Amino acid sequence: MNTICPDAEPALLCRGLRKIYEAGRGSGRKRAGAVLAVEGLDLTIARGECFGLLGPNGSGKTTTVEMLEGLLAPTGGEVKLLGMDWAHDESRLRERMGVALQETRLPEKLTVEEVLNLFRSFYQRPRPLQALLADVQLEEKRRAWVVKLSGGQRQRLAIACALVAEPEILFLDEPTTGLDPQSRRQIWGLVAAYRARGGTVLLTTHYMEEAQRLCDRVAILDRGRLIRLGTPAELIAGLGAEHVVELELEAGMGALDEATLRSLPTVTEVHLSGEGVWALAAVEPERAVPALRALLQERGQHLLRLGTRKATLEDVFVSLTGRALRDD
Amino acid sequence: MTEPQRPHPVVQLTLMRLREMMREPGALFWTFGFPVLLSVALGIAFRVKGPEPVVVGALPGVTVQARDALASGGVQVRPLDEAAAKAALRSGQVAVVLVPPARPGEPFTYGFDPARPEARLARATVDAILQKAAGRQDRLAVRDQEVSEPGSRYIDFLIPGLLAMNLMSGSMWGIGWVIVEMRVRKLLKRLLAAPMRRRHLLFAFGLSRLMVIPFEIALILIFARLVFGVQVAGSYAALVLVSLAGSASFAAIAILVASRAQNTQTVSGLMNLVMLPMFVLSGVFFSSTHFPEVTRPFISALPLTAMCDGMRAVMIDGAGLAGTLPYLAVLAAWGVVSFVLGLRWFRWG
Repeated sequence: MNTICPDAEPALLCRGLRKIYEAGRGSGRKRAGAVLAVEGLDLTIARGECFGLLGPNGSGKTTTVEMLEGLLAPTGGEVKLLGMDWAHDESRLRERMGVALQETRLPEKLTVEEVLNLFRSFYQRPRPLQALLADVQLEEKRRAWVVKLSGGQRQRLAIACALVAEPEILFLDEPTTGLDPQSRRQIWGLVAAYRARGGTVLLTTHYMEEAQRLCDRVAILDRGRLIRLGTPAELIAGLGAEHVVELELEAGMGALDEATLRSLPTVTEVHLSGEGVWALAAVEPERAVPALRALLQERGQHLLRLGTRKATLEDVFVSLTGRALRDD
Repeated sequence: MTEPQRPHPVVQLTLMRLREMMREPGALFWTFGFPVLLSVALGIAFRVKGPEPVVVGALPGVTVQARDALASGGVQVRPLDEAAAKAALRSGQVAVVLVPPARPGEPFTYGFDPARPEARLARATVDAILQKAAGRQDRLAVRDQEVSEPGSRYIDFLIPGLLAMNLMSGSMWGIGWVIVEMRVRKLLKRLLAAPMRRRHLLFAFGLSRLMVIPFEIALILIFARLVFGVQVAGSYAALVLVSLAGSASFAAIAILVASRAQNTQTVSGLMNLVMLPMFVLSGVFFSSTHFPEVTRPFISALPLTAMCDGMRAVMIDGAGLAGTLPYLAVLAAWGVVSFVLGLRWFRWG
């Protein structure tokens, strides 16, 4: 097991990574003509780090991760994983990494322990079955068929398959998509425990809370490009304001305009969502909100809703792209 | 430390396939139940009932003497009027209609459809009886010897064909469909993300088929033996060899068919496209010699034809290992070509 060691080479390094899907080829987003899925991506992930790739569906997260995992041939660029590359060291690399793809459907009529024993058989030094089951809290389900497991249990089994040989780097592609909050927290616990043992994690997500909780650094992807890279705190600080004021007018109350809202005290960013909710990034909401109320009273407009919260990575994404992350 | 309990990947992958099959009632039925049901149904439909009696229709005016002569010759005579006679002839209830002479001295008329073999046979039988009754003398002394060669019944012909068909379906569905299903579920990709060797997976597919094939063959053979008395005239070793070569050949064809299919609908369509023409052409249910002479070389080159003919050579004609070589060569050619192309085009993701 490796430990965090700043002098060592990075766990993962990629330079100028590109993927172009040619017309009529490749599954998933099939369109006429070539589709540029990933456009010149540079990333460096240190050992022991948890790195998040953030972006909406179609931003190129999965394509990027599958190229890094050696499952998809890049159109161009270089990938170095644990100091090795896919062309020469595939079998050694596979021994030392763990992968949970986005939505793998494991064999439905195999039991949990049969699935784990199958994956254990592929590695030179698999961990004991009992330890794996304990790690993902599936001891009681060891003889249950996969098809009988809940979504969260299946995802924990998928992660156990990735942890079979105590990998040095763990790739998780949308590990908690579609799970209930409790299952999500259990998965976060698994990732935290793995990191505590010194592991490196690369995960993709479109849940901002997940990235903020788990990741040391995040890269925000949009349409195959890296648009921001940094710690969650740095990215939020980049908004220029740590608070967000959200408001919605009652129906038939007329409209507000961006310039007026931007002129309110300490407001740095203004965004109107498709549902008619205005989001104002404000450095001092205790000054912005009274000014807003005074403005609305003067214009005779009534609020349906008004709230203040801390800024999140979601707001960073909206501010960078003008679109919400989950606008599918 | 955990080394002693580390299972071999081929064993684990084979177990995965066998467990999935055994835990899927549908798969069990198609592998074991369906061929038995099919042989029961066809065995009953085509069971040997002894010689069919000849049935003729007699229009009003056929003399009692003629009717008695036919009846004593084993022919069933049905008095019919003209309209009823036409209908009976059309539906095959009578093979020949006997029309009496309009005036004394004019000839009898036999109404029958010469395109139907049983009608020609009935006409000859009826004519012989009537001529004899009218005083014809046979010039040549003849004697009949009734023979019943084992293996000459329809069920004897059918069982080798069913065996071949079942092994073909087993390989195609058990490998082709399963590969595509694993691709759709992203399980192929997930396995490749682990340090699994591709050849281990292919080897496990073959091995899991190999474990099931003996049961498939034994079930059909034992059933056919007990219920219909079907025998294997030739060597069991040759039968096993043809079965294995045929299964391997169709396993390779399955890999080729599944190499690029991205969903299970595509692969079932492709497999039916491969298998259905062979169900008809290759002589599973009736001899492929009914097809025109020019098509014969093409039909003989089909893998299912080779397997059916090889099975029949062993079970009916008593062929040994040497007698199956031409069939094995055809199967090997299909297998090797399909395997090479299948691996070249194969898409894991």
